[in-house]
Amino acid sequence: MKILLSGNEAIAQGALAAGCDFYAGYPITPQNELIAYMAKHMGAGTKRSPGPSRIFVQAESELAAISMVYGAAAAGARAMTSSSSPGISLMQEGISYLAGARLPAVIVNIMRGGPGLGNIAPSQADYFQATRGGGHGDYHLIVLAPASVQEAYDLTQTAFDLADKYRIPVMILGDGILGQMMEPMQLSVQKIKTAPVKKWALTGCRGRKPNIIKSFFMREGGLEQANLKLQQSYESIKQAQIRFEGLFLSDAEIVVVAYGTMARIAKGAINRLRGAGKKIGLLRPIGLWPFPQKPFQSKARRLKYLVVEMSYGQMLEDVRLAVEGRHPVEFLGRSGGGVPSEEEIIGRLQRML
Amino acid sequence: MEKIFKRCQSLSDLPMHYCPGCGHGIAHRLVAEAVDELGVREETIGVAPVGCAVVAYDYWNFDCSEAAHGRALAVATAIKRVHPQKLVFTYQGDGDLAAIGTNETIHAANRGENLSVIFINNAVYGMTGGQLAPTTLLGQKTSTSVDGRQKQLHGYPLKISEILAALPGVYYVERVSLESPAGVLKAKRAVKQAFQNQLNNLGFSLVEVLSPCPTYWGLSPQAALQWIKDVMQKEFPVGRIK
Ligand SMILES: Cc1ncc(C[n+]2csc(CCOP(=O)(O)OP(=O)(O)O)c2C)c(N)n1
Ligand code: SF4
Repeated sequence: MKILLSGNEAIAQGALAAGCDFYAGYPITPQNELIAYMAKHMGAGTKRSPGPSRIFVQAESELAAISMVYGAAAAGARAMTSSSSPGISLMQEGISYLAGARLPAVIVNIMRGGPGLGNIAPSQADYFQATRGGGHGDYHLIVLAPASVQEAYDLTQTAFDLADKYRIPVMILGDGILGQMMEPMQLSVQKIKTAPVKKWALTGCRGRKPNIIKSFFMREGGLEQANLKLQQSYESIKQAQIRFEGLFLSDAEIVVVAYGTMARIAKGAINRLRGAGKKIGLLRPIGLWPFPQKPFQSKARRLKYLVVEMSYGQMLEDVRLAVEGRHPVEFLGRSGGGVPSEEEIIGRLQRML
Repeated sequence: MEKIFKRCQSLSDLPMHYCPGCGHGIAHRLVAEAVDELGVREETIGVAPVGCAVVAYDYWNFDCSEAAHGRALAVATAIKRVHPQKLVFTYQGDGDLAAIGTNETIHAANRGENLSVIFINNAVYGMTGGQLAPTTLLGQKTSTSVDGRQKQLHGYPLKISEILAALPGVYYVERVSLESPAGVLKAKRAVKQAFQNQLNNLGFSLVEVLSPCPTYWGLSPQAALQWIKDVMQKEFPVGRIK
């Protein structure tokens, strides 16, 4: 059965399907439908009576929201928060603590225009913040970038599983268009829906030694050891968790690289040019960290890339790193609410051909 | 021979790192004694602050979490909501609870979270080298109020306990003081009361503990206790606030 949902609602629905049992958030446009959907479907979560299975808290700020997610994750829950750019900036200290304490959590950023209060128009300008860690210290998040309402629903479920599997915070990175746009989608619940047993979680130390959740390592060499373990975990994620979509790559002379909503628009442009016999392909990273590098290691001689973003060039740097100077990489981007149109993309591609 | 004083089960046997005469070690023990006496060590989850007591979890022998500086009550809110039947408490300094974390403090209290808070008021920031705290007394010299706290420049000592007591969501607030053995005994009763309130589902309870920091008061341990009695208690009177 197909139902009609917005991207924000689909993420919320995906979280519910994945067995998310704790949500805390603070309102901000353009993700307010998400927090409202969670409030409606999670139940209030009691403070006094035992055993609520799902807990919703409207936090007093994003600082509190991310710390609540930290506490819930420490207590063994499948925890999530969502926000948009300025709110995600405010959460960065907490996200760094989650990474350092190796707590699984899902963080949704429905990006809006910045810097500063910016505007509420769609944007992809938080790519650096999301893929480089964002807060202080040597860490990464797994970053997933859906391009449709269906994919938002599916990837949110994946996000919870990856978070638990690797004990890592996972970010769903969307933009205001994805969050607001409504599309028909299939409610298909994926396999693993219960969180694995978390022996490290805080549950009271009955019959075992006390568990401690912390990111503080003062003993000489202690932090270096902990950070090395993080790096090892990142290595295994890089091996196993590469996600991208390729379209017409085998014969493409120009490959457009775009993610999220921008990839949808690029696809429209590419299909129109294909109709006119032009050999254009699309490479859409679905996982932004780890970044899919292999598909850029093409041996084709006459190949050019065009990176298209709703920013002045952030993923562009990852593409350049992956291409390693073997091919020309051009860029088309707008920021501050500007969205490159099909016509603009076609115009640029025609000049490149 | 009968043993009449022993290590609490809720304390680990690590030597504590606190300065001579510091109140944190005493307060840790009071928490441990109360947990032991209530028989809930295996049902307890503590939340440690960022401050001199950052590694309190090493000294307690039950489940604990770190929290970012000031966020202990947000972390504890979530832990308690996930595990409503556990005893969940925070242990926080004045900078943690009443400066950087004031928002989390007021809102957890105002939501009436069924939590217990042990609030260590030592009138300075200990961990970072003795700077002005929200609770620093007028005239008190710190490394960032070199001529003493002045009301025109720094405002007044913040009476966060009195502010919290005004909130309908708050059930119990008491200020105690570690200046004497009698004070310590009263402190112990208050800590246990705050825990008992939670076990009885009565809501938000806070115990403010006036606690010596001889190092950054520039006093001997003995003189620091006297200063609590002569100076600090004048500004922060002990007793039940709510
Ligand atoms: C976000 C952030 N800002 C500042 C600090 C530095 N810092 C650590 S503890 C502390 C103040 C501690 O004072 P208090 O809470 O009164 O506890 P005490 O050390 O006196 O027991 C500060 C400012 C920090 N760790 N994190
Ligand atoms: S600096 Fe003050 S609060 Fe910190 S350990 Fe020393 S005496 Fe205690």
